[in-house]
Amino acid sequence: MNDYNFAYLDEQTKRMIRRAILKGLAVPGYQVPFASREMPMPYGWGTGGVQVSAATLTPEDTLKVIDQGADDTTNAVSIRKFFEKTAGVATTEETEKASVIQTRHRIPEAELTEDQILVYQVPIPEPLRFLEPRETETRKMHSLQEYGLMHVKLYEDISQHGAIATAYAYPVKVEGRYVMDPSPIPKFDNPKMEMAAIQLFGAGREQRIYAVPPYTQVVSLDFEDYPFEASKADHPCDLCGAEDSYLDEVILDDAGTRMFVCSDTDYCRTRRDAGHAGRLGAEAA
Amino acid sequence: MKPLLQVKDVAKMYGARIGCTGVSFDLYPGEVMGIVGESGSGKSTLLNSLAGHLVPDRGEVIFDTRADGPVDTVTMSEPARRMLGRTDWAFVHQHARDGLRMSVSAGGNIGERLMAVGNRHYGAIRDHAADWLGRVEISESRIDDRPSAFSGGMQQRLQIARNLVTGPRLVFMDEPTGGLDVSVQALLLDLLRGLVREMGLSAIIVTHDLAVVRLLAGRLMVMKDGHVVETGLTDQVLDDPQHAYTQLLVSSVLQV
Repeated sequence: MNDYNFAYLDEQTKRMIRRAILKGLAVPGYQVPFASREMPMPYGWGTGGVQVSAATLTPEDTLKVIDQGADDTTNAVSIRKFFEKTAGVATTEETEKASVIQTRHRIPEAELTEDQILVYQVPIPEPLRFLEPRETETRKMHSLQEYGLMHVKLYEDISQHGAIATAYAYPVKVEGRYVMDPSPIPKFDNPKMEMAAIQLFGAGREQRIYAVPPYTQVVSLDFEDYPFEASKADHPCDLCGAEDSYLDEVILDDAGTRMFVCSDTDYCRTRRDAGHAGRLGAEAA
Repeated sequence: MKPLLQVKDVAKMYGARIGCTGVSFDLYPGEVMGIVGESGSGKSTLLNSLAGHLVPDRGEVIFDTRADGPVDTVTMSEPARRMLGRTDWAFVHQHARDGLRMSVSAGGNIGERLMAVGNRHYGAIRDHAADWLGRVEISESRIDDRPSAFSGGMQQRLQIARNLVTGPRLVFMDEPTGGLDVSVQALLLDLLRGLVREMGLSAIIVTHDLAVVRLLAGRLMVMKDGHVVETGLTDQVLDDPQHAYTQLLVSSVLQV
């Protein structure tokens, strides 16, 4: 055992965060203010997500942490170690075995179940921030459901680029009421947000928590003549051959050779273990 | 005929100081009223109180809404008042920068009100925006330029287009020609007069420029120290001023 309280935060703080989470679940998409604590990591590294995870974890939980879909990048490794040390919970890289998944900028490819909780790290929770900088005004716009401005952003996209060029942090409307920033996940992941698992969003610096309960309607905003499209790179994965997963583009050398690989490392490994192989799969394995 | 706007004994105080007080008038459909007075006379305070930007301390501002008939806009719910503010009402600011979104293209600026009332067809919104750019004499090729790339006069015309696109019935204008040079002023006044006639708009214009009210307004209200000192037909008030302050105001105009 160690000298930390379970999951680092003191019990009163966790209680305060749980109250914010419950309120968020009761009002889907509504940004609940909470007294965000200093965490032993810089803002922007997931202080909000970590606090939500800490308040959610129980000693029986199994934790998975992903960063841009990967289990083995700095952010994911650090946060996983943090909870191994301060909470002593079991950790895993397999999506199916995890009960709590903290994520930065991706939703896992494998379908989540009712027994799982997905915790997002959110840099800027306010979808209207860059259109209307006054927080007093955006709060009023949310309460009065004045969301015309969100479409002005999409209009600007089409007029400048000929299509809705917003590719991540694509605004959604939750249960026909609140417009919400889904955190910077690619818009490929937007349709997955109508899922069986609980989705919690924590923004540490901005001191906001919001949530999407299971099976809640999540609609991506669009125009009638420019409908929403969940886009991805038009390739199969070069390692596992998957055609349906979100891909990262990796530059291999100075001559411009490149490969596309699943951003969800666990999904890719599972598929390769099951015998699937892509263009470069054989050599890599 | 039913008045479009009935103002009854409106007063706005800034602490112990008077912003404006005891203002009452009726405005009928298609009528344009001017409010003149020196700086600090309470014209803008009055206009902002009428338009719902300030909450008056006393009085009623009754607007003849399309759906429910005459309603006091001071006591109506905030969502309803804001809805009115982007459908049947329009507000033209003195500085175009206050009324425009400077980081959004001209087309987006005009389209914002349309999208705010639920229009979700990009092509239709863009056609509308192009049509209105034409009406305020801005070339359609500038539709994707930002207002920051426009001259002062163009910005003001864009602001007017952005406000009139939803076909409002009442327009509040706060010094619409302030800060523009005379030839641009003349163009803007000509345009405004045309639009007011064509759309049958009612308007309340606050200005310190007597030439503007002479050209646009049928009726005139003269304010001094928060009080209305004289009202009447524009030509009558300007040609035969009764109150000492109005006489001073009229005689202060430089003759070229």
